[in-house]
Amino acid sequence: MLRYSLKRAFSLAISLAVASLVIFAVIEIAPGDPASFMLGVNAQPDTLAALRTELGLDQSKAERYISWITGMLRGDFGTSYTYRTPVSQMIADRMWVSLPLALYALALSTAIAFPAGIYAASRRGKVGDLTVMSATQLGVAIPNFWFAMMLVLVFAINLRWFNAGGFAGWDKGLAAGLHSLTLPAIALALPQAAILARVMRSALLDILGEDFMRTARAKGLSRRQALWRHGLRNALIPVLTIIGLQFSFLLAGSIIIEQVFYLPGLGRLVFQAISARDLIVVESVVMLLVFAVITVNFLVDLAYAAVDPRLRSRT
Amino acid sequence: MSRNLILGAGLSSLVVLSALVSFVWTPYDYAALNIPAKLQTPNARHWLGTDHFGRDMFSMIMVGARTSIAVALLAVGIGMSLGVPLGLAAAARKGSWLDELIMRGNDLVFAFPSLVIAILITAVFGAGAVNAIIAIGIFNIPVFARITRGAALSLWEREFIMAARVAGKSAAHISAEHILPNVANLLIVQGTIQFSLGILAEAGLSYVGLGAQPPTPSWGRMLADAQTMVSFAPHLALIPGFAIILTVLGLNLMGDGLRDWLDPRIRVARS
Repeated sequence: MLRYSLKRAFSLAISLAVASLVIFAVIEIAPGDPASFMLGVNAQPDTLAALRTELGLDQSKAERYISWITGMLRGDFGTSYTYRTPVSQMIADRMWVSLPLALYALALSTAIAFPAGIYAASRRGKVGDLTVMSATQLGVAIPNFWFAMMLVLVFAINLRWFNAGGFAGWDKGLAAGLHSLTLPAIALALPQAAILARVMRSALLDILGEDFMRTARAKGLSRRQALWRHGLRNALIPVLTIIGLQFSFLLAGSIIIEQVFYLPGLGRLVFQAISARDLIVVESVVMLLVFAVITVNFLVDLAYAAVDPRLRSRT
Repeated sequence: MSRNLILGAGLSSLVVLSALVSFVWTPYDYAALNIPAKLQTPNARHWLGTDHFGRDMFSMIMVGARTSIAVALLAVGIGMSLGVPLGLAAAARKGSWLDELIMRGNDLVFAFPSLVIAILITAVFGAGAVNAIIAIGIFNIPVFARITRGAALSLWEREFIMAARVAGKSAAHISAEHILPNVANLLIVQGTIQFSLGILAEAGLSYVGLGAQPPTPSWGRMLADAQTMVSFAPHLALIPGFAIILTVLGLNLMGDGLRDWLDPRIRVARS
């Protein structure tokens, strides 16, 4: 397991290094000089030169890349061109909205998908299974931002149970914060729950045909008892993998959902940065998202190998 | 043919047909402003109502279908035309540095969700439908590369491929002549799935302003415009939403149906 983990960790480091190079290179193609953009067309050459030095724009591309990466490793993401504040601080503030939103959605998605998938598998071919499968087919087809708008229409505008947008802030208490994130989390969780329920059902159905399940039934367990005691635990392996992978989709998906609910998260930060051509913010947020995806995939691989020894020997 | 396939193909054909018809006919000019007729709910004159500028929603939905289909189709085209040869090459050279390079490259591209690619491209080149196509297309490349490699690997062990190798055919020749036709069914099914995901991704990108720009009508853009008016004119959000759902549902059902129809094992089991 240690050898496998080290090999995967090496692969993780290479992936992160190449991803950072790609992001840096793409941002470097951007036309225009950030210093000129910040100071406007009437800026004096010496002021412009001073700002370029301050931002490190007078360095070579290689120097800038190394300084960006080493800075990131120390937690220093540079200074925003427009706000003149540390990017790491801006990201940390926004992460307190985006990360809990993704985790909340992940918890909801699992809470919906597990019972739905188990129910469908235990009622295979019957009306219950057909109903769940039709609902998941529809769930996958619904764009989450449209569903978010419908939730606002029903639960915020008509019923007035929730606010149509904005974030109360964690300083108002956990309940107030979660209340603000409930509709966005439901909107984000729905399509993922539909996918997860289908995976859960199919994993359980695969397990039901296994020899050890037949043995469990032969020992006198009912279909339901065998499913709960032996089937579920084994079906969890592929399901947990999908849950891990969904986290990155949820983090990226929250960028769009934040627009619907006017939430002050990473999504709003990145769109404001795009319109203000604050490329250092865009660069850092994109790197952070890619880092999250690569790291979660790495952790999923490790978890998968921990429970399935065959995978370790295959690599 | 399964019910899924018939229903899915029917829904998808309806959307494609309305997009094609929009080139020669729409009930009204989709761009014509008619302020006195603004925010009408569906009625005999405007079958799906009008928007805040009095534009006919039915005409906008028809033309919007063009944008969605074009973006998703071209994105699938990019994914297939680059991903399939890469997958074939990786399978033909299994275990070599080329295979390793292609697969690690795939892992890397997978780490960039299409929205993140779109953000990067837009930050540099500005927003537009072309950038949406590129963003979704890049994300499709590893999907097709992986599925092609996986299917091709098992084919390389088959006897008819061994025979071709013994006959002296090159790996490239075998890949093009024997492997590709045998993975075509799988690619058609995956293509349908990626097409439906492309429709959703295009709508999402247009909604946040990274996709098609005005005056090009797009379903995602229509939803973005509707957001502030949903409380007093819900049809502005309901109609483009239903258009997206029906299209994606149709394509997904068609994908499921095609998979069952093209897979001989499932067909035999059913009969």
